[in-house]
Amino acid sequence: MGNWIVNHGLDTFILVVWMGINIFLFVHFYLFYDLGPQFFYTRQLLGSALAWARAPAAVLNFNCMLILLPVCRNLLSLIRGSFVCCGRTMRKQLDKNLSFHKLVAYMIALMTAVHTVAHLLNVEWFINSRHGRYGFLAGNLSALEDDEDDHETFLNPVQSDSTTPTIFAFTTIAGLTGVVITLALILIITSSMEVIRRSYFEVFWYTHHLFIVFFAGLVFHGYGRIVRSQVTTDPPHNTTFCKDQPENWGKIPECPIPQFAGGFPQTWMWVIGPMVIYLCERLLRFVRYLQTVRYKKIVMHPSKVLELQLLKSGFKMDVGQYVFLNCPEISELEWHPFTMTSAPEEDFFTVHIRSAGDWTDRLIKMVENLPEGTLICQNGPFGTASEDVFDYEVSMLVGAGIGVTPFASILKSIWYKFKDSNPKLRTRKIYFYWLCRETHAFEWFADLLQVLEKEMEERGMRDFLIYKLYLTGWDHTHAAQVMVNFDKDTDVITGLKQKTHYGRPNWDKEFEQVRHENPSSVVGTFLCGPPALATDLERRCVKYSDVDPRKTKFYFNKENF
Amino acid sequence: MGKIEWAMWANEQALASGLIYLTGGIVGVAGQLKGWEYAAFGIAAGVFVCLLEYPRSKRAKGTNYERTGQYCFTVCVKAFGPLTSNYYVRAFLHAALCVPGGFMLATVLGCVCLGMASLIYLSAAIHGEHWQPIMPKSEPAKSVTQSIKHPPQNPPPRPPAEMRRKRAEDLESAAYVNPLPVTANE
Repeated sequence: MGNWIVNHGLDTFILVVWMGINIFLFVHFYLFYDLGPQFFYTRQLLGSALAWARAPAAVLNFNCMLILLPVCRNLLSLIRGSFVCCGRTMRKQLDKNLSFHKLVAYMIALMTAVHTVAHLLNVEWFINSRHGRYGFLAGNLSALEDDEDDHETFLNPVQSDSTTPTIFAFTTIAGLTGVVITLALILIITSSMEVIRRSYFEVFWYTHHLFIVFFAGLVFHGYGRIVRSQVTTDPPHNTTFCKDQPENWGKIPECPIPQFAGGFPQTWMWVIGPMVIYLCERLLRFVRYLQTVRYKKIVMHPSKVLELQLLKSGFKMDVGQYVFLNCPEISELEWHPFTMTSAPEEDFFTVHIRSAGDWTDRLIKMVENLPEGTLICQNGPFGTASEDVFDYEVSMLVGAGIGVTPFASILKSIWYKFKDSNPKLRTRKIYFYWLCRETHAFEWFADLLQVLEKEMEERGMRDFLIYKLYLTGWDHTHAAQVMVNFDKDTDVITGLKQKTHYGRPNWDKEFEQVRHENPSSVVGTFLCGPPALATDLERRCVKYSDVDPRKTKFYFNKENF
Repeated sequence: MGKIEWAMWANEQALASGLIYLTGGIVGVAGQLKGWEYAAFGIAAGVFVCLLEYPRSKRAKGTNYERTGQYCFTVCVKAFGPLTSNYYVRAFLHAALCVPGGFMLATVLGCVCLGMASLIYLSAAIHGEHWQPIMPKSEPAKSVTQSIKHPPQNPPPRPPAEMRRKRAEDLESAAYVNPLPVTANE
């Protein structure tokens, strides 16, 4: 239980607070409209349906305010930077921004459904009241019109006897905007399904921009002011007394004609702040896009990995961050994220691009034909969890396949910090696990490890960095080769002193080893790899952690794009 | 835009539309709203669209993500042959099904969403896509690969037993050592 609190406590707290606010808003506004005396006459026409529509509306206001914030990457990077003082637990929360964005989106979808159904009933019942199907009082209330001379104001927004719900929906601001933004919301949601997002990112990204339509419609949704409440008149209109004699309204002093006014539209007050922030975010991304990027070096590695060393004025990065690259010649609008493999101490930034789809294939082919490189634009850098790796006394770095790239940046940075004896380096020990299916992807990384190996031997710090390489795609030919070269000092595959392991790591054994060698330490576990491995490691972090400060504690951090 | 299979998105949109059509229909019938007959049709059409769209098609390129328990639906949909595998037919079918929904407010959203799905399916059909069932893969029998680590089938070649026996006069050249001292037969 203690282990769970250590690893999930803050997440759960934030979720509980968020849900609490949602529930409070729903209940508060439901009771406001269901019990409020100013809506007494409205309830004669609609019953509880108005409350059922307005309560989710309040929750929608709150969540539409929240939804833009988790995707302001630059803002989040800024907050991460300023939280340097406030502990790594707070910063870890910002890694879960996309999960929170999705959760808020689900709530918006659910509340939209409730809101729409309630209003469908409202419209129908407004029309029925107008036709006198709900009795005398309802009929009289519906007959009230906006009339200056008779000092009348309307209650029922349905003013014509021949209207239908569909006509009403499409001729009022609220109805029209409602249908349009709900349609936009549905299109956004269907194109955001995991299948579409993972396989056809462009469809997801472009359709998602319908949120502009969504917010525009949302802001104007309440402008028709068709939700009416009773205003105090002089002399006051006593509803309890007057409700049974609508024929006497305006004729007896106790019952002047009741006056109504529309509710002031409030949604814009909720969403204007985040809309401005998001606009700044997009402007910032655009400004960065305009700055030129120059090539320093282009290296084409075997196994179809392209290394680009790029220069951009005023560029500053931290370890493990990623940038978005755009090549206008391939596609004007496509931006693809790549983790940087260079260290902040270098004056250029490097990305290793693997052939993994249309865009990367075309880029590699283009660079092969044009050795001086093609126009490329860059946006970022954006922060991820790797920046915290130097804060932990002990770090476990796990990279699966190409997921090793952020750790390339980290290891290089260690090398530089080591050479400069940088006091910022709190790390005493690093355990590095690289899981890979096939050998030829090792090549560009093996050089780095060889250099580090040599460097550490020279300084007599052999156990600062312990790395284990796992070849998960081995077969009998590998086994044969290993058997034959058993006695050699260096590994037959990588040329490194550290021998390659075969198969998957036994994580229990690894965690035990780390715990045994580092009692009373805080260990940060960083993964860049498949989700299945993430759940595995996260479970083990919880299992091997101890709330006791004298014992080892494991914190899990996951990279994701 | 990258190599998009429009049918994948059309399928998601159509499934969502089916649910929305169904929900709108239920509201229309349960609330006894005017024009509830269209709502009743909406329920039937919504259910039909959901059943038709639930099984995902096999992708031309890439991994297939099946929906939970879609196999029995796959079998049913497959049984209709070209009626269900041709996307022109589907586009037309969805367009036809969505029209009655436009006559009543509760189902108008289902109508528009299904109409959009119909358009995306039309795009898929124009791009030459068609529905293919995802059938469970039958595992081919694992062939035993030639391993260099086969244990030997035959004993190593040896001289006949007569020659292999230790001779008392030539103990040094014997191929084995006895655990107990041996003396010659007297």
